[in-house]
Amino acid sequence: METEIKQIIEKIGGYLPSQSPLKDFIHHNTLHAFQNEKFHDALSKAAQVFGYQVYLTLEEYRSLFQEGKIQTEILKKIIDNYFSSDEKKYWYDKCLNYSFNQICSQEIGLLRNHWKSELKINLDKYVHPMLFKTVGSFLDQGISISNFPYCHLNFLSAILMIEKNSFIGFFKSKKVKKYLFSNHENLLSNLLEELVGNKKYYERYLFDLLFAHPGWSGMVRVIEKTPNSLLDRRKITLYEFICFELMLELDYLETKKKKKWKSLSQVLPPHFPNTIFNYSSNNELFQTLQLWQEAYEWTYYNQLINAFQIKNPNSKKDSISFQAVFCIDDRCCSFRRHIEKIDKNCQTFSTAGFFNIPFYFQPESGKFLTKSCPAPLNPQHIVKEHKAVKRHKKNSFFQNYSHGFLYGFLVSHTLGIFSALKLSLSILFPYKSSIMVSSFKHMDPLGKLKIEFEGEIIDNLKLGFEISEMAEKVEELLKEIGLQKKFSKVVYIIGHGSSSTNNTHYAGYDCGACSGRAGSVNARVAASMLNNKEVRFILKDKGIEVPNSTHFIGGLFDTSRDEIQFYDLEGVEKEILTHHNINVKVFSHSLVENAKERARRFLLFPKSIMKKQIHKNIKLRSQSIFEPRPEWNHAGNTLCLIGKRENTSHLFLDRRAFLNSYNYELDKNGDVLLSILNAVAPVCGGINLEYYFSKNDNYRLGAGSKLPHNVMGLIGVANGIEGDLRTGLPMQMVNIHNPMRLLISIEQTPELTLNVLQRNEKTYQWFKNEWINLIVIHPITNKFYRFCDEKFIEYRPIDTEIKSDSMDSIYKNYSSEDIPVFNIV
Amino acid sequence: MENNLFLLAFVIIPFLGFVFSLFPKNKNELLISRIGLLSASLHFIVLTIFIFYWIYKKYPHINVEEFVIYYNKDYRFYVDFFLDKITIVFLVVGSLLNFLIIRFSRYYMHLENGYKRFFNTILLFSLGYNWTVISGNFEILFIGWEILGISSFLLIAFYRERYLPVRNAVKVFSIYRIGDLGILSTMWASHHLWNENISFNKLENNILVHEQLMQNSVVGLFIGVSLVIASSAKSALVPFSSWLPRAMEGPTPSSAIFYGSLSVHLGLFLLMRTYPFWHEQEIIRILIAVCGFVTAVISFFITKVQSSIKPQVAYASITQIGIIFIELSLGWIDLALIHFVGNAFLRTYQLLISPSIVNYKIQDQFYHFSPKFDSSPKKWKNTLYVLSLKEWYLDFFMSKIVFKTFKNFGKTLKFIHLRNVFYFFIPLFFVGLLLYIFEKENFGIWNSIFSHFYAFIGLLLVLKSFTERNNAKLAWILIFLNHYFIALSVSFNENFEFFETFIYLFGITISSVFGLYLLQILKKKQGKVLHLNEYSGFILISRKNAFLFFLCTLGISTFPITSSFIGEDLLFSHIHQNQYLLALFVALSFIFSGIAAIRIYSRLYLGTYINLTKSKPIKSS
Repeated sequence: METEIKQIIEKIGGYLPSQSPLKDFIHHNTLHAFQNEKFHDALSKAAQVFGYQVYLTLEEYRSLFQEGKIQTEILKKIIDNYFSSDEKKYWYDKCLNYSFNQICSQEIGLLRNHWKSELKINLDKYVHPMLFKTVGSFLDQGISISNFPYCHLNFLSAILMIEKNSFIGFFKSKKVKKYLFSNHENLLSNLLEELVGNKKYYERYLFDLLFAHPGWSGMVRVIEKTPNSLLDRRKITLYEFICFELMLELDYLETKKKKKWKSLSQVLPPHFPNTIFNYSSNNELFQTLQLWQEAYEWTYYNQLINAFQIKNPNSKKDSISFQAVFCIDDRCCSFRRHIEKIDKNCQTFSTAGFFNIPFYFQPESGKFLTKSCPAPLNPQHIVKEHKAVKRHKKNSFFQNYSHGFLYGFLVSHTLGIFSALKLSLSILFPYKSSIMVSSFKHMDPLGKLKIEFEGEIIDNLKLGFEISEMAEKVEELLKEIGLQKKFSKVVYIIGHGSSSTNNTHYAGYDCGACSGRAGSVNARVAASMLNNKEVRFILKDKGIEVPNSTHFIGGLFDTSRDEIQFYDLEGVEKEILTHHNINVKVFSHSLVENAKERARRFLLFPKSIMKKQIHKNIKLRSQSIFEPRPEWNHAGNTLCLIGKRENTSHLFLDRRAFLNSYNYELDKNGDVLLSILNAVAPVCGGINLEYYFSKNDNYRLGAGSKLPHNVMGLIGVANGIEGDLRTGLPMQMVNIHNPMRLLISIEQTPELTLNVLQRNEKTYQWFKNEWINLIVIHPITNKFYRFCDEKFIEYRPIDTEIKSDSMDSIYKNYSSEDIPVFNIV
Repeated sequence: MENNLFLLAFVIIPFLGFVFSLFPKNKNELLISRIGLLSASLHFIVLTIFIFYWIYKKYPHINVEEFVIYYNKDYRFYVDFFLDKITIVFLVVGSLLNFLIIRFSRYYMHLENGYKRFFNTILLFSLGYNWTVISGNFEILFIGWEILGISSFLLIAFYRERYLPVRNAVKVFSIYRIGDLGILSTMWASHHLWNENISFNKLENNILVHEQLMQNSVVGLFIGVSLVIASSAKSALVPFSSWLPRAMEGPTPSSAIFYGSLSVHLGLFLLMRTYPFWHEQEIIRILIAVCGFVTAVISFFITKVQSSIKPQVAYASITQIGIIFIELSLGWIDLALIHFVGNAFLRTYQLLISPSIVNYKIQDQFYHFSPKFDSSPKKWKNTLYVLSLKEWYLDFFMSKIVFKTFKNFGKTLKFIHLRNVFYFFIPLFFVGLLLYIFEKENFGIWNSIFSHFYAFIGLLLVLKSFTERNNAKLAWILIFLNHYFIALSVSFNENFEFFETFIYLFGITISSVFGLYLLQILKKKQGKVLHLNEYSGFILISRKNAFLFFLCTLGISTFPITSSFIGEDLLFSHIHQNQYLLALFVALSFIFSGIAAIRIYSRLYLGTYINLTKSKPIKSS
């Protein structure tokens, strides 16, 4: 029985939120457990089983329809796709007029509710606080002053040891103690036997139990599966966690209710269903919502496809002033646009922000390694920082002694009075304080990095890269972005990061391709590899000739402050520096323009404020303790364009697009496309779906409002002190997001794309099951093909007018609302 | 005259701020926050000017009797303001923090649903705080005290669609009401001690106080203990401590200003204000010192095991408050004042920057990690750990022992239904009324017995209301009846004008009847009996109804918006000095009628509305 139960836990556990502790916050598909099913089927199932709100409400869709944000023709076309002509009218009417009962029932709690309804026992009220507090203290990473006793043991053993070696324990009932002290072979089945009684309801009971507090259950499971997500390791399993909760329940019933309680199966009504996941796949409400959602999405996609037909007038460049490689991130999209506008002769590229160089980074005096590549990769190398200044400064306000007895007394009289000043200053004149998380502090620009391998190996990881490995990595990088000839004098490689203050979710603002860290180290390492003479020599053999006069410069773009920093400039030739200094002006000008474009979304500044002033105000956001939105992060994301930049650089996409450079001419067999899709689908798809679900159901799939959040053990946040951990994105990150699935567009033939897609099953799943929408643009015929039911079908866009305007006036004419696709003139 | 104007300004500015903030539309964030900011900065400027003036005048103690609201031959209810060094310190800290927090929230609350509600409540709080701090006698102080209690409730339940904030708001409100019990008994006893509503100014007259205490040492002791209870509840001393961390359910700035700094130190203020009264009573001084010491020690241990940041700061703050109590008992008022200022700012700042702790401590760990664990800790250490994790059973004690006892009382009255209220209790009341009208003169000793009897029945009714789960209307009617029983009971006790009873019952009757009407409307809308089994969240579908009912709730719990507030005090003055039992019955009735009323409001209007088409929060979140 015990092994069966363990299998059940494994199965149900898969549906729990899988968000890592805060320091490793990485965007992922919130409903990852459903990814092997079709998007809409999965959503309807998730809604009926878990009670999630997975679409907008009908009223919201209808009002979008009224506002014209859903086009009538598109809605009709979508209905056409699914239904025969005699059903069309029926469904059109359903969409527009029918009033459904939208109150969604859920399966969570159906069984355990009987404690309250039949036996008048409010178990959760007594068990949850103790459970959360105990597990929270056990997993705590450094908030509490006293450690949990025996925290080096696994969870149940620690509880057992405390129970043995303490005058007051967790349990009072003899029965529970007996279970705890006996060998734990059949612990869970025994406990379930006591509480539930009937084997056929075990699964349902465990399901109810875990999803009554999905946050903690999920966190325990994540830590069980990836123990290294905590710096201070803890041994805990979901099994132990459940046992502990059941013991608390049994203890409460035994001591407080004495003989007055019965096991649940004795009070159930006859024929109470014992299976979970009962849902109807033919639910008209969900079918209608599905139609609306698609119409909503395609109204926007259709705009883009229309815009694609406008040719870029200045795609041919006479001479190239400089080249710059960015991350695919949607926040770089507007920055690049401004650079290209200010310097018409520059050329920009983009690829995933780790620049194809996966490694672990170890900062000066750091005791741990931080991953500097997408989370699923397992790097084989370490890059170590040395001769650098340590960036971490002590802050007395966070020290434990301020909470003490006598120290606290002294601190109140000294630091306390001083904090009045500090508080006033930081509210009236926000300054860059030591509590600000600055992307520029991730690495010391004046420190050195050990990039070349010198024979040292730590824990099976090479300290540095061998020349041949470097060459291999950068060759792939250059091939991916399609930069193989015509190198300019200076080529920039620019990672990105974000600064913020008082932000628990700071890791979610940095580069996702660098595991939620700033991309500075990767950019600097990549540039340094490309400058290496021996590497260039090997590259030459492979057909990529980088001229001797070309120099690569690494840099970091701070997306919340609109600032940029460049690395390793000392010892660079004078000629290069002169070029660089000219380019720096272009960059600074673009940053100011970018800040101006972003400002309209913050609703704060009158339009008349001078540009410089706006930039200053934007910077203040990242250093103010009272600003829950240092930037909008990925709130705009809807698109991902894979293709040549010159075909899209004339479009104004309002920071809604991930951009990935790709040259179909250089990729005859599709290998490059495959590696791009392998990275883009999970990264961008993950970001997009996390935003989608957090926006639609901010209570259950998102983290709710950030304002009352309380930091629990440095691993998560909860509301108040007795609440469950909150996973997903807080309201303040998704306010302006439009919940639409990602549309990836690829410049490639449909045949080759399909072939590439099918090479990797894991990536293919995203598209096959429609978690991401896909179109390809045939590079020769310029026809559009939509990916649908595992094949490409030609898509003829419905004509919509794409307006043209100059960039400045586009965002001057709109206040804070979404801007449709524009053609920039 | 200048004094008069200045002192009035300190309460009128936040009052106007509050009133004006009610008008703008919810979406008009700019206007709302500007009103808040204007009122807060004006307050700060006026205060600064005043302080210069006050220093120039060589720190006088200022007492201003503004006006008399009601008087008869041996009772006077007058608005009286008082200012000295203590007031100044509390005013400055309050004014500055209020200004900073309003500015903070202006940006922090952007796009939040309850933006306006938040500012309304903060301004109401500011009014209550300033009022309390400059009050010149217990009655006036009690008004401020009540405003603080209600604004506290509103801010804790700010996220009213979720279960936990609402539950905790009711919990905290209940404990505040116990504090009110302390003030009520202080008012009652001191009324008899001085034969008037004693002003704080007169308390400074050492000779007068000394004389009175010599003659009535028991009453003196009683007042002292009442004051300690009131201030312990407000300042979260043991055994009340567990409410403080649980109050941190609202947006961080409100938790910071309320529970990190201002609200939680008001218990201290009460003790400082009444220092001249109790400092010569050794027993009280020892009591205060012991309370402070026990609190400091216990909450120190609890602080050590907190694994989340807000309760850690909360308990650390309580530890210091405990120490300040000791300082006070030793008579070191100046030190206590400085300590208060330091503690208030420190905890506010620590709470405001609490989200930053994630990055800070992770970095700290990243650079300085050394695994620290004790592989075989001592038995007493483990015991202390588990005991502290369970908060020394403080929460358990309050909810399971204190409130449960009263609940059990209420539960013995299971037989009361809507019908037998009409058949039994209302006739019982009228029998009493008739006896009172025609036979009172002939009863002699029986008067006192009747008086106790009716007060006891009244108390039982309100306890029943406090535990009622099946019918909201019944619970509401029971509170209403309770007040009539109390009025009758006191009428038996002493001869006084009917007008006084009228003052008392007027506000209550109006709010009860109107509340009943609102319940009727809500019931029609729902189509079924309104039960109180859970928090139903009806505010979502009937906002206006909820707001009006909230006002009725305030009215029926004798909140200072109707004449009943004065009536309550008047009625108390007719309970004799030696009738402790009767005083207890009546006081408990007042306390529990407030809790029961707010419970009805919360259970009906707050919480998660189940028939929502949009996403709903889960209970544990």
